[in-house]
Amino acid sequence: MKLIFLACLLLFATMAHAEKITIAAAADLKFAMDEIVTGFKQSRPGNEVEVVYGSSGKFNTQIQQGAPYDLYFSADIAYPLELVKQGLAASEAKPYAFGRIVLWSNSMDATKMTLSSLTDPKITRIAIANPKHAPYGKRAEEALLACDQWDRVQSKLVFGENIAHTAQFVQTGNAQVGIIALSLALNSELAKKGGYYLIPENLHKPLKQGFVITKRGADKLLAKQFADYMGSKSARRIMTKYGFVLPGEVK
Amino acid sequence: MQLNDSDIQAIWLTVRLASVVTTILLVVGTPIAWWLARTRSRWKGPLGATVALPLVLPPSVLGFYLLLAMGPNGPVGKLTRALGIEALPFTFWGLVLASVFYSLPFMVQPLQNAFETIGDRPLEVAATLRASPLDTFFTVALPMALPGYFTASILTFAHTVGEFGVVLMIGGNIPGVTRVASVQIYDHVEALEYSQAHRLAAVMLIFSFLVLLILYAWRPNSRKG
Repeated sequence: MKLIFLACLLLFATMAHAEKITIAAAADLKFAMDEIVTGFKQSRPGNEVEVVYGSSGKFNTQIQQGAPYDLYFSADIAYPLELVKQGLAASEAKPYAFGRIVLWSNSMDATKMTLSSLTDPKITRIAIANPKHAPYGKRAEEALLACDQWDRVQSKLVFGENIAHTAQFVQTGNAQVGIIALSLALNSELAKKGGYYLIPENLHKPLKQGFVITKRGADKLLAKQFADYMGSKSARRIMTKYGFVLPGEVK
Repeated sequence: MQLNDSDIQAIWLTVRLASVVTTILLVVGTPIAWWLARTRSRWKGPLGATVALPLVLPPSVLGFYLLLAMGPNGPVGKLTRALGIEALPFTFWGLVLASVFYSLPFMVQPLQNAFETIGDRPLEVAATLRASPLDTFFTVALPMALPGYFTASILTFAHTVGEFGVVLMIGGNIPGVTRVASVQIYDHVEALEYSQAHRLAAVMLIFSFLVLLILYAWRPNSRKG
């Protein structure tokens, strides 16, 4: 009996201290964010940080409908800006990185490719994220249009729901090549095979990514701490490792 | 109510997919259902369970396995390549194959029930009149199971129309090829085009209700007769 009481007390004591936040993050952040969260949790033991990955557009809709996310990391800063305008954010939309797109293949040597290699008849399927709502897909479309390849390769295009889904089409070999996020191509699992070709950034608009603390996370200290942690040296180092260009950095 | 061209294209594609799948399943499902209804084999349990699997399995499981199986390194992918056929993912026929698996129980189970309710007696009578088994099936069992066929076809058609997860995972969202109505609605919602999503969603809602209405309004009469 005494023991149960003690256990309850202990549980209560930890509960009073520990906080839990849920982060909605764009799929391109999958590997980088996992590492950042691990580091963050180590520096604040006892707290819980949960990350949900998916498409930026979907999270935007869900947050508008009251989804339980405390922080929202979008692949396009336009969405967080929209939330701020609608009064659904508890912070301003803060840029945290610029993304890059690459041509990646699981079975061919993509390092020797350019966008004009896509007309090669050996390539029958090219995966890109859906340009209608995925920021990385929009940039892929812009790049293909900019070098006059869109019309030539359009019949080969297949569309992933988000950038991770797109990478999965290529990884399973169902599409020979895909235009995916550099941050995914640099992950060890994907970097083992094929290789990538970095698409010149002058071919598309910048992928300016931003985050906000949502209204729901307004009173959580942990949410604020995590937002600050994104500016820390270790978080920035991880972001750079995954090919993100950080705001304020001169290239 | 105004639907744009791509919405109409998606609706037609959905209707075409559901029709093809229903036709294929009528042919494939009949012998399976017949066997399940008449057999005393110990394989009845395992086969029945296999047929029912898609009722329980999340579409993501089916989608995942199909993507791997139909890919260039999977068994189906190797087969299609050996036969010189185009790889199945991202094609209409890939969706057909996936939907045949996905909707299999909706065809087989009503048919099996229909065959079981016929019982042994009419078939024995036919046999004493020297009808061959095939003859018996077409002249006795099939007409008696017609209400079952009606139910099974409608359920299969409707269930294929309602497919989403598997299509999203293996379809690649190609207009006119794999972008069915459910995926089109999802895209509208993702792109925050709520009014367009509403229109197409309303069409689906009305369609689904009408289909079920036909089914439920018709069935009691068939029982009386």
